[in-house]
Amino acid sequence: MPELPIIDEAKCDQCGLCVSICVCGALQMKDNKITVVKVDDCGWCTMCELVCPTGAISCPFEIVIEDDKK
Amino acid sequence: MTANFDAIKSIPYFTGLSDAALAVVNNHVFEKKAVRGDILVFEGEPAEALYFVVAGVVKVFKTSADGKEQILRIIRPGDSFNDVPALGGRNLASAAAMSAVVLQGIKKKDLEALSREYPQIASNIIKVLSLRVEEMIALVEDFSFRHVNGRVAKILLEYAGNGERPRLTQQEMAAMIGTAREMVGRSFRNLEAEGAIRIERNRIIIADYTALKKIAGITE
Repeated sequence: MPELPIIDEAKCDQCGLCVSICVCGALQMKDNKITVVKVDDCGWCTMCELVCPTGAISCPFEIVIEDDKK
Repeated sequence: MTANFDAIKSIPYFTGLSDAALAVVNNHVFEKKAVRGDILVFEGEPAEALYFVVAGVVKVFKTSADGKEQILRIIRPGDSFNDVPALGGRNLASAAAMSAVVLQGIKKKDLEALSREYPQIASNIIKVLSLRVEEMIALVEDFSFRHVNGRVAKILLEYAGNGERPRLTQQEMAAMIGTAREMVGRSFRNLEAEGAIRIERNRIIIADYTALKKIAGITE
């Protein structure tokens, strides 16, 4: 299962903008709380992180060097 | 259709107005709904209206001749777009709905008439435009002087590892460099186009270490 965006519940104000722009359905509003739902096709577009007004969503990148390039 | 009166009250253009004045403004406000992907404003076309986002998210962007998109602003509920053209001539950038959106708009001619009738609106317009100029100057600075590609390259080299280094968001990288998040995304695309990096979902792979070091200005 691919890794999914991370939500900081302390910062989240449940405005729902992330849910409204999420193309793959990984983010949903359940019981007035933003929930990350496991999906296979989250392409890490990072739009949820971009639109979040409170900085509650993180889509971090791992940075690696290709084996034979260093 | 009568627009939501409460939403108008919270818009910076109309702060400080009496209820009577707000009611007059409300008569000129129209509502517009759109779905994800709809283009709301086309760059280069004559400006027709000033828009406020009531619900959803809108992106304001410019597209280069080769189809590359640069997001200039993300508009969330309570904020406005097409401000400058609505007081000037043609649309300076395009705007598209990133989700289902509800907008309120005021036609250019109505806004002009209202600002003549209510000096408070004219004063508010000056404040909003002053803010827009500040934002644009910051963007010009980024484009012109800050060599964002090089600084992003440097951060990628510093944080490259095999799981032992912290992972970074674009927002964090932007904060480290002192630039807008949108500029980091643009740098990713530039570095990828140059073959220095490759982005595979949530992994940034340094594909050409030497080239990335050169872009970062590291010469040893």
